[in-house]
Amino acid sequence: MQQFAFEMRDISIRYPHFSMENLNLSLPKGQVMGLVGVNGAGKSTTIRMLMGLVKADAGEVKVLGYDLPAQQVQAKYDIGFASDDMRLYKSQTLQWHMDFIHSVFPQFDQAYAKELLKRFELIGDQKIKGLSHGQRVKACLLLVLARRPKLLVLDEPTTGLDPVARDEVISELADILRDDERSVLFSSHNTHDIEKLSDQIAFLDRGKLLALEDKESYLERWGRFRCQLQPNASETVAGAVSIKRNGQLAEVITDQCTAEYAVELQQAGFKVLEQHRMSLEEIFVANVKRSR
Amino acid sequence: MTFGLFLSATDKKPMYVQIVEQITSKVVLGDWPADMALPSIRELAASTQVSVITVKRAYTELELAGVIVTQAGRGSFVSTQPDLQQRLKHQQLMDHLSLAVDVARQLQVTDEQVLDLLQQQLNQQPELKQT
Repeated sequence: MQQFAFEMRDISIRYPHFSMENLNLSLPKGQVMGLVGVNGAGKSTTIRMLMGLVKADAGEVKVLGYDLPAQQVQAKYDIGFASDDMRLYKSQTLQWHMDFIHSVFPQFDQAYAKELLKRFELIGDQKIKGLSHGQRVKACLLLVLARRPKLLVLDEPTTGLDPVARDEVISELADILRDDERSVLFSSHNTHDIEKLSDQIAFLDRGKLLALEDKESYLERWGRFRCQLQPNASETVAGAVSIKRNGQLAEVITDQCTAEYAVELQQAGFKVLEQHRMSLEEIFVANVKRSR
Repeated sequence: MTFGLFLSATDKKPMYVQIVEQITSKVVLGDWPADMALPSIRELAASTQVSVITVKRAYTELELAGVIVTQAGRGSFVSTQPDLQQRLKHQQLMDHLSLAVDVARQLQVTDEQVLDLLQQQLNQQPELKQT
């Protein structure tokens, strides 16, 4: 039997200006899932339901085998959550926070926390109010990472970090990959980070799940072709997500890219000049434009 | 420690292909000798900061190509086939040739001209006769 880090089944939730219907999303244990979507797509709502902060109108949420929100107290011992709107106590030091978290979570690893202090270049005795935005983000992550949670949920973990700090954070996240008991769900606008670390990609737009697939197959499925239009070129090609024409040239984007697709294009009067893979960011934009 | 793999996100090739190519060249060059234990999938993923699924994919391709063998529960090892290096070099040659043909087709160079060009290249680097 496959074990899941979390399972969301037939979730519906309605707000005055936003709704989600029949969302099904689950993450096998030991995997990393990247949540992709524009602002307002439902990423934070999804995460909040997983954290038991919001109750869905209908459907079932299970995290690490516990029903949410009913058993959220038990579940939260093993969940680590960090988001960019999390607040620390301004007049206290980072060390005070570390001791505080340790008092709540006995598994808090002080030695690892010390190591992270060094790697993130933070100072334990410094008060939170004196920290820059980037330092606060890293401080929040330190407090979460040092608990070595079984499920790590990160809402925009690298937003507002400079490239060096982002690299430090990514390398700590990569370290989690060593352990096949630990799972990560993270949302980010930085598709590059998601493309690197994720096993699964979940694509949300306007409360709908546009795609949920393993990253390798997902990236492979998409392709961009630069073509020369033949006189007999047809208006459309099956499987094309977008066709842009300019003079004799055309750019075709497909999400059904296989070895045979170039042949199909050829037959439709699109002579293929070049074929490119697409980055997650390009797919993101093409996918959102298509679904609207 | 990245096990001597240099992966780049700006490379046009997908990550898993970069891993396949770099491990293959390590084996061809003999840096990774026959029977050497490869890092575990999770270990390599963590140290090169790419996802587990990407490394898994690379190892599957390497196994299909006969570069490595995977033993359930023990891990992956560099294949011990005696002619492995020779075979991989031969494969490289075939890949280059097929790429050359692709470009020739795009340029609409005739087959005869391709053969001529190849002959010219061969003449420029005469074969070393073994004595």
